[in-house]
Amino acid sequence: MTPAIQLTQVHKHFGALHALKGVDLNIEQGEFFALLGPNGAGKSTLINLLAGLLRPTSGTLSVMGFDVLKDYRRARHALGVVPQELVFDPFFNLREMLRFQAGYFGRGNENDPWVDEVIECLGLTDKAHTNMRRLSGGMKRRALIAQALVHKPPVIVLDEPTAGVDVELRHTLWEFIKRLNREGHTIILTTHYLEEAEELCSRVALMKQGEVIALDSTKNLLASIPGKNLKLKLSAAVPQSLMAMVRHQDALDYMLNLNEITQIEFVLAELRNANVSVLDMQLIEPDLEDVFVDLIGRS
Amino acid sequence: MNLISQRMRGPWTLFKKELLRFWRVGFQTVAAPVMTALLYLLIFSHVLGSRVEVYPGVPYTVFLIPGLIMMSVLQNAFANSSSSLIQSKVMGNIIFVLLTPLSYIEFFSAFLAASIIRGLCVGFSIYLVSMCFIDLPLNHPWIILAFAVFGSGMLGAFGIIAGLWAEKFDQMAAFQNFVIMPLSFLSGVFYSIHSLPPLWQTVSHFNPFFYMIDGFRYGFFGMSDISPWFSLSVVIASFITLSLVTIGMLRAGYKLRG
Repeated sequence: MTPAIQLTQVHKHFGALHALKGVDLNIEQGEFFALLGPNGAGKSTLINLLAGLLRPTSGTLSVMGFDVLKDYRRARHALGVVPQELVFDPFFNLREMLRFQAGYFGRGNENDPWVDEVIECLGLTDKAHTNMRRLSGGMKRRALIAQALVHKPPVIVLDEPTAGVDVELRHTLWEFIKRLNREGHTIILTTHYLEEAEELCSRVALMKQGEVIALDSTKNLLASIPGKNLKLKLSAAVPQSLMAMVRHQDALDYMLNLNEITQIEFVLAELRNANVSVLDMQLIEPDLEDVFVDLIGRS
Repeated sequence: MNLISQRMRGPWTLFKKELLRFWRVGFQTVAAPVMTALLYLLIFSHVLGSRVEVYPGVPYTVFLIPGLIMMSVLQNAFANSSSSLIQSKVMGNIIFVLLTPLSYIEFFSAFLAASIIRGLCVGFSIYLVSMCFIDLPLNHPWIILAFAVFGSGMLGAFGIIAGLWAEKFDQMAAFQNFVIMPLSFLSGVFYSIHSLPPLWQTVSHFNPFFYMIDGFRYGFFGMSDISPWFSLSVVIASFITLSLVTIGMLRAGYKLRG
């Protein structure tokens, strides 16, 4: 099957800055894929190259098999992009905006039922005739998602879709995006909320300084972190002998990394010897954040 | 809209959106320039009306109207494409168009056509309003239309160039005040260039606005400072040159696609 997204040796320079350093990436159709990485890792550059907002210095990119430069019309028909910034056109109302957007893709009145369906699915029906300026931040965010969907693209890219969105709305949005994925859409997202990526995405690429430093299924990445995390609330600071195991610290709340579960006895013995008592204790499976911290630190 | 072939729907939609954009704020984009032109007419005809006769048998007030119409047509055609582009760039919503399969030629055509329509709308409105006060001859309507269309087309293309180049509103304002305004005021709207000293006559011949005003006025009176066919050639050549420059910039993605 043609990959939904294919990048081959993609380089992008901005003057002296080498923003993407030979990225190779394949995303299969129907995947729910996360692109993670710290600020400046090159995630947005990669998305903008796919969308045709930037041109690569070298290398090739394709969407559903269509080259984003040579066959840009078909590549753009296949791609829906939800941008990170809350941009809107202040001259029009939501429904007009969506109908214009569909029109740019060659769709006419026959597409109106789909426009109305998207508006309804995103809970914006009562705002359909409201000027974009008057919509709240959360509504503008949903309007952007609607705009990316009006031409029924098989591949949808969401750049930080839940940034600044409250918890309830985030849940609604994810339910909708999960539904799109179940219906066969390929979903690619960048997010700062690692727990979202962990819960939703089957595969993850981790980027750092313009390179993909890890690319694997979420399951395998989680398995790559050995041992478990031990969360402790103590009466005093941990003794020096345990400092090497500390992952995070917040006053007297500690997160220790255990290579093996048997190390728990050593930890408790050291605490007893130092006369530090344990006020609370919890054993936690490593999450994507641990993988993230581990890989970013290591590379 | 479904009568239009699917391939044409994209540029047609962009054109329609650009039309609606200025039509929604018609008070500012059509009524205001009509008002400005009428004020010029009122003031200049009051001050100079009885003292100046540029063409034999043509009162100064009547002489003034075609120039004012054309100046407004040009300024508004420029304003349409340039303000639309700078606004969408500053607001960031330009990406809605950049994400679509529209080609640079389609992008150009839609913006250009909307600018021409805005220019013609403003020009026609001034004509209609001034008809209430003054009887204006119409010797060559097709020449009037040709100058209005190619003139507004040239300024529409110029507006796209300015809109692509400018990154902030004050850069756009500078472009308007230091390029468009001097070119339009020094083009012979308010006088015949024969009344100027020789040096300024020569300088005027390098101003494409002069040819647009002079040829446009010929369409009304059948009289002009230079041959209307020469003027039309200059205007069409300028229109084609600026269009090619604009298309080249769009094709290269100048300040649009990095």
